[in-house]
Amino acid sequence: MNRQIVKLFGLIVVLFAVLIGFTSYWSVFDAQALKEKEANKRPLLEQQQIKRGRILAADGTVLARSVAKGHGASRRYVRRYPEGALYGHPIGYSFVRQGNSEFEQYHDGELVGNSSELSSILDQLRGKRQEGNDIVTNIEPEAQRVALSDLKEAGFGAVVAIEPRSGRVRVLASNPSYDPNRVPFELSKLNENEVESPLLDRATQGQYPPGSTFKVVTAAAGLDSGTITPETTIDAPGELDVQGQPLQNDFTASFGPITLDTALTNSVNTWFAQLGEQVGPETLFEYMDRFGFNSTPAIDLPEDQVYASGIFEGGQLLGRNDPIDIARVAIGQERLAVTPLQMAEVAAAIANGGSLMKPQIWSRVVDPDGRVTKRLEPSQYSRPIGKQTAAELTTAMEGVVSEGTGTNAAIPGVAVAGKTGTAETPFNATCGGGAEENQAWFIGFAPADEPKIAIAATVECTTAFGNDVAAPIFRDVAETILNEGG
Amino acid sequence: MRSGVRNRELLALVPVALLLSAGFAAVFAQENARLGNLSLVYGAYFLAVCVATHIYLRLRLPDADPYLFPLVALLTAFGLVMIYRIDESLARDQANWFVLGLVLFALTIQFLRDYDVLERYRYTIAVVGLLLLLAPRLPGIGQQVNGAYLGVKIGPLAFQPAEFSKICIVVFLASYLREHREVLIVGARRVLGVTLPPLKHLGPLLVVWGASMLMLVFIRDLGSSLMFFAAFLALLYVATGRFSFVAIGMALFLVGAWFFASTVPHVHDRVEIWLDPYHDPIGSGYQILQSIFAQADGGLFGKGFGQGLITIPGTHAALLPAAQTDTIYSLIVNELGLFGACGVILIYLLIAARGFKIALLADDGFSKLLATGLTAVFSIQAFVIIGGVTRVIPLTGVTLPFISYGGSSIVANFVLLALLLLVSDRARREAALPRGALAMEGT
Repeated sequence: MNRQIVKLFGLIVVLFAVLIGFTSYWSVFDAQALKEKEANKRPLLEQQQIKRGRILAADGTVLARSVAKGHGASRRYVRRYPEGALYGHPIGYSFVRQGNSEFEQYHDGELVGNSSELSSILDQLRGKRQEGNDIVTNIEPEAQRVALSDLKEAGFGAVVAIEPRSGRVRVLASNPSYDPNRVPFELSKLNENEVESPLLDRATQGQYPPGSTFKVVTAAAGLDSGTITPETTIDAPGELDVQGQPLQNDFTASFGPITLDTALTNSVNTWFAQLGEQVGPETLFEYMDRFGFNSTPAIDLPEDQVYASGIFEGGQLLGRNDPIDIARVAIGQERLAVTPLQMAEVAAAIANGGSLMKPQIWSRVVDPDGRVTKRLEPSQYSRPIGKQTAAELTTAMEGVVSEGTGTNAAIPGVAVAGKTGTAETPFNATCGGGAEENQAWFIGFAPADEPKIAIAATVECTTAFGNDVAAPIFRDVAETILNEGG
Repeated sequence: MRSGVRNRELLALVPVALLLSAGFAAVFAQENARLGNLSLVYGAYFLAVCVATHIYLRLRLPDADPYLFPLVALLTAFGLVMIYRIDESLARDQANWFVLGLVLFALTIQFLRDYDVLERYRYTIAVVGLLLLLAPRLPGIGQQVNGAYLGVKIGPLAFQPAEFSKICIVVFLASYLREHREVLIVGARRVLGVTLPPLKHLGPLLVVWGASMLMLVFIRDLGSSLMFFAAFLALLYVATGRFSFVAIGMALFLVGAWFFASTVPHVHDRVEIWLDPYHDPIGSGYQILQSIFAQADGGLFGKGFGQGLITIPGTHAALLPAAQTDTIYSLIVNELGLFGACGVILIYLLIAARGFKIALLADDGFSKLLATGLTAVFSIQAFVIIGGVTRVIPLTGVTLPFISYGGSSIVANFVLLALLLLVSDRARREAALPRGALAMEGT
């Protein structure tokens, strides 16, 4: 009988090996697929059990925190946003069923405290529960409040304020906003609201015609490439014939031979159109790329929630070899579509002596024990123009505010450099199809001699001009930040 | 030699106590509030009970296998910690049953030292076994759980008779086959190229087949039925060495199972769920799907003791239904990962190895078959439930021996262990004697 007993044991070994095989399959090999099954609520429920870290403003104001519900094993956490709609953008939301968005999504790993396999095993052995890290942002609450309340008065639009030296994002406001606390109850309603599109972060996803603010980019390309100097004069008639269509100045005003300072101060279309043709598409595209156009900005927000700026045809970015009307691109027309974030980066690069820093919302990561585990180290994104070009542009942009088209941006006692923009957007469906609708802009920085803040402000679907609606927003936000920063 | 054997047992108990203390400590640490030296106290109690049992074995069965008891203690300790982690009060019950199990363990050893007496009452035992099986269908005392009739309740005393019945059936089969194995082999004839056992002696065996089929119909439990019949086939094979008998038996079982699976609704449902659990993921397929999802969440190392989710937070709704009984293995995979689960399976495998070793060493046919049958039914029980929750076979309500919550299971399995150790003690003592010093009994 012994032979049979040994064989029977062999069979038991085989049976148990089958059990190990199946267990391995479920727990390791097929685990990922199982976690994604619709019927599997476990990943969601587990996420709920982790105390997600807080998100704080630069001054410590709590923008998002998790509150516990229930006790013991049934404890779970729900996200709360004490400031409501003020930080709907760029903080976003994080809920188990609705998912994550914007800043909450980008920094999810830090906020839930994900760590390496080894250290999580060590934590398990010590009986430590997974807990998230706090993240302190660069956002200035007072300036954010001013930006959003100004926008609410002016209309739909966005404001982005960046510290030029470091790339720290001080304000990122988009109107209309939404209260993230309401997301669990009315996400689909928010999604379906196509009139206000409150979930759209206009600061990073609004693709607007830049109008005359783009002349700054054209000027940068002209100066930095050596095509012109500040002394170079170009004859600026009231009207030009470009590709069979007339291109006019406001009121068809004729300026004669003028330099960059005069042309920028008065936002002379015919001057910049000719400069654009002199610079040529190759060089202009080169400078656009250096400023960050034609690619997704390197901000700490999810890549699919930050749009690139450039010349678009049917949703596709056009390249330097595509047929474009370079003269109209040079004055911010054609099929140019830009985000407020991108225009703020242009202003910030000029303000920072030609060096563009990566715009970042986060400032530092603080672990549950209060230790700072990571700190933002400002890094350069690119160097689009030289120091001298930046200085020359600054001088020209100061003229815009002191005596040109952007006088409403002036702050008493502070030198301000900037550029207005008013892109005509008649018969635009999103604006209700009115004939007089404009996209109003102001980009600039202050103080001009030692810039502390660079800002882009824009208002969509307005009958007013950049200087009327966008420049005052710039002024209020800049003033607030300069006062706060002392 | 004698004290050497028992010293090894004592030594093997030390890691058991350490593991238990560590486990309780982990659960305590999890519930921060009450972190204290209570875990060590529990570990000490457990160790004291184990040492008492060890001393008893030292006195009564000095030559018995030294590893079986520590291995079983390890499983029990592990089960206690898991159950404690699920529900403190359940763990207290389980600890009481553990002590009750040890009492029955000791009584079995005390009164069945000469276990040959079992052979004399084999038919009585068989009838008791069958009655136990059918008891849950008796009006007044029977209880239905999840569609299967597995429980009996007499006054305040509730138990699952199938757990005890399996021992009775194995004792009967071992005894019957010891006597008839010769004629089953010699009397076999070949019909159409298949070796068939002689019909006359086949009768009682067909009764066993009939009984397991009846179980499908009456108690509606595919798991118990599978467990019983597999143990029967294992014994038949070991006794006769004829694989053809096993093949015929298996064919009969499959035909029967197929027939009843398509006619008895409860059994039919179990098979359907097994084949396509996603058909009704929040209804009938919920338990097996949640069992597998819990495993998927465990990965290689698991989520850590006490970290797994058993109920949906904030509610009392089960996320892992029957976590303390049927799906306890899934919870182990969830919290201790594939490695922890492999450890558990390895312990069962080691117990099986020791059990079959006893059968190999045993001198007489009855002892051999008894040890084989007990080990087989124990291993197959572990396979049926682990296989059930890992979707190898349909999920049924069999307990995971020594780990699952349940008094009947733990007490019955301690009786099973006592019988194994009784066989072992005699076998090893005789093996230690010089050859020829003792007249060989049996063949």
